[in-house]
Amino acid sequence: MAILVNKDTKVLVQGITGGYGGNHTRWCMQYGTQIVAGVTPGKGGQKFEDKVPIFDTVSDAVQKTQADASMIFVPPPFAADAILEAIDAGVKLVICITEGIPANDMVKVRRVLDGQSATRLVGPNCPGVITPGQCKIGIMPGHIHKPGRIGVVSRSGTLTYEAVGQLSALGIGQSSCVGIGGDPVNGTDFIDVLQLFNADPDTDGVIMIGEIGGNAEELAAEYIKREFKKPVCGFIAGTTAPPGKRMGHAGAIISGGKGTAADKIAALQDARVKIAPTPSDLGTTLRSML
Amino acid sequence: MNIHEYQGKDIFRKYGIPVPKGVALTEPGKAQAAAQSLIDETKNEVVVVKAQIHAGGRGKAGGVKVVKGAAAAQQAANEIFGKTLVTHQTGPEGKKVQRLLVEQGLAIGRELYLAVVLDREKRRVTVMASTEGGMEIEEVAAKTPEKILKVTVDPAVGLQPYQARQLAFGLGLTGDAAKELGKFLSALERLFMEEDCSLVEINPLVVTKDNHLVALDAKFNLEDNAAFRHPEWNTWRDMSEEKDVEVEAKAAGLSYIQLDGNIGCLVNGAGLAMGTMDIIKHYGGEPANFLDVGGGATKEAVTKAFKIILTSPTVKGIFVNIFGGIAQCDTIAAGVIAATKELGLSVPLVVRLEGTNVELGRKMLSESGLKITPAATMGEGAQKIVQLVKGA
Repeated sequence: MAILVNKDTKVLVQGITGGYGGNHTRWCMQYGTQIVAGVTPGKGGQKFEDKVPIFDTVSDAVQKTQADASMIFVPPPFAADAILEAIDAGVKLVICITEGIPANDMVKVRRVLDGQSATRLVGPNCPGVITPGQCKIGIMPGHIHKPGRIGVVSRSGTLTYEAVGQLSALGIGQSSCVGIGGDPVNGTDFIDVLQLFNADPDTDGVIMIGEIGGNAEELAAEYIKREFKKPVCGFIAGTTAPPGKRMGHAGAIISGGKGTAADKIAALQDARVKIAPTPSDLGTTLRSML
Repeated sequence: MNIHEYQGKDIFRKYGIPVPKGVALTEPGKAQAAAQSLIDETKNEVVVVKAQIHAGGRGKAGGVKVVKGAAAAQQAANEIFGKTLVTHQTGPEGKKVQRLLVEQGLAIGRELYLAVVLDREKRRVTVMASTEGGMEIEEVAAKTPEKILKVTVDPAVGLQPYQARQLAFGLGLTGDAAKELGKFLSALERLFMEEDCSLVEINPLVVTKDNHLVALDAKFNLEDNAAFRHPEWNTWRDMSEEKDVEVEAKAAGLSYIQLDGNIGCLVNGAGLAMGTMDIIKHYGGEPANFLDVGGGATKEAVTKAFKIILTSPTVKGIFVNIFGGIAQCDTIAAGVIAATKELGLSVPLVVRLEGTNVELGRKMLSESGLKITPAATMGEGAQKIVQLVKGA
């Protein structure tokens, strides 16, 4: 069953004709993802790879193809608009890969998201979502994944690959892997994904990867303590990060003494999450809990 | 990106937010003339000379002097300019004062705190105010959190008059000052969005003896992601406030932060880069830097990144840790080889490659003739580089 995406998910791609968006769309298609439409304003009527129809607007694409998910590669100046267009067209799941969207733009997007319930946003600044063997929407390397029963949720792209690579090497497959992104204002958060994993009969346990900045991990810890029924293995990146410096991700910053790795680790441990001693021990730590 | 107080006050003026009259200087010699013109204009002998550095806590470190008369202002400027100020925000090395702001003195009645911040927890913009002006707000938050008032702005409708009234009453403002706060806050809110700020802090916001509001300080954090719509930011940037190597890295599209250790790291992805620092520390080493070469790293960017690490005098060993999703292992290998060909390699190098084009990348490295210690996993790589650096 898995969460968010599966073999029936029909995906449209906003920004399909860009070099980066085009390459990743091709790799998603090779993985088996149903890419049913592309959207590039002004290029409606053309085809991507001679088969995927391109539309001028998201609403056209949805009407003609019944797409229920969107993958966004639109550059930062236009990305918030692209997300809002997908919400307006009623796309159920919007996955925004774009990195570098101004936070104040995302505050407005978030306001629109909070005022409706038809659309869920994952990201921005994230690797996307994959249900191994069924559907890959995003930029993660498909071949490292293996179908199975462990869920992965993370603020970091490459640390997710690290966790997935270790799991697969141990013969442990994944139900779904969700990158929620490294921006300070995002859509879907840890708790949202954990709720989905909690309810998913095909997920037995979860790896959760957080990092410094904000309080999403602390909130997730409260939720896990209160309701989560399955084992969780965790890691928080940035124990050695200096305060006041943005560590690559826009959201990865310790400000005013808040958002430290130590606080997050303490909160998660209090919720009986087992913290991997290093990011190289995520797979074995999770295995020890099964 | 941070800007100086005097630049922040220029922005305030543009939005009609009251600030003291002042003159910014890049050399101390003109302080007397600047002070004299302020004194002539305001008929007030009191002037303030303020060091302009990107850090708080200047007053305690001797970077702010209140003096009487133009000659005294010149003397204060001579003392402050060129001085290295060490505050709780500069780190132990401190910051050298290379710009000054000479301002009119004000008859201060009360000192308040006011800030507009991007509130991550609420995912909205929040206005914070406190009667405890002039103090570190973190300290107020820790000791007397009830003294911090907050209102959160709904982006659909903006800051509302009732919210301004809540703050005005909460701060105990009356008469003119209470009336001015509404206008002050709506200008501040508009500025925050239009100028793409992530923090605007006024500490202190003063109520003058004749009951008017004036922003006595201006601390700005601008949202780096919005730089594309603010070409003017380039002219505001003070390069002397940033580490040369970090500026150089940024120009090459790299995310680089210098740290105190001796093991250089070259990694793809911010999370993995942080995780790599953490794992080096876990095995008893000290990372020399944070470096994310990014997903779409070109050979040129990787070459530049590796050169930055190679030329750092403190680096005694290098750990390349790549899980190539978007980043391709062969591109990374090509960059590493190009940089070492040019600069040589005199320290141990441990390479862990995984992901897209990994076989090609490994082959290129093994045929390069470089002395490389390969590692199969991140944990193995971290342990090896720590041992090699300790053994050296």
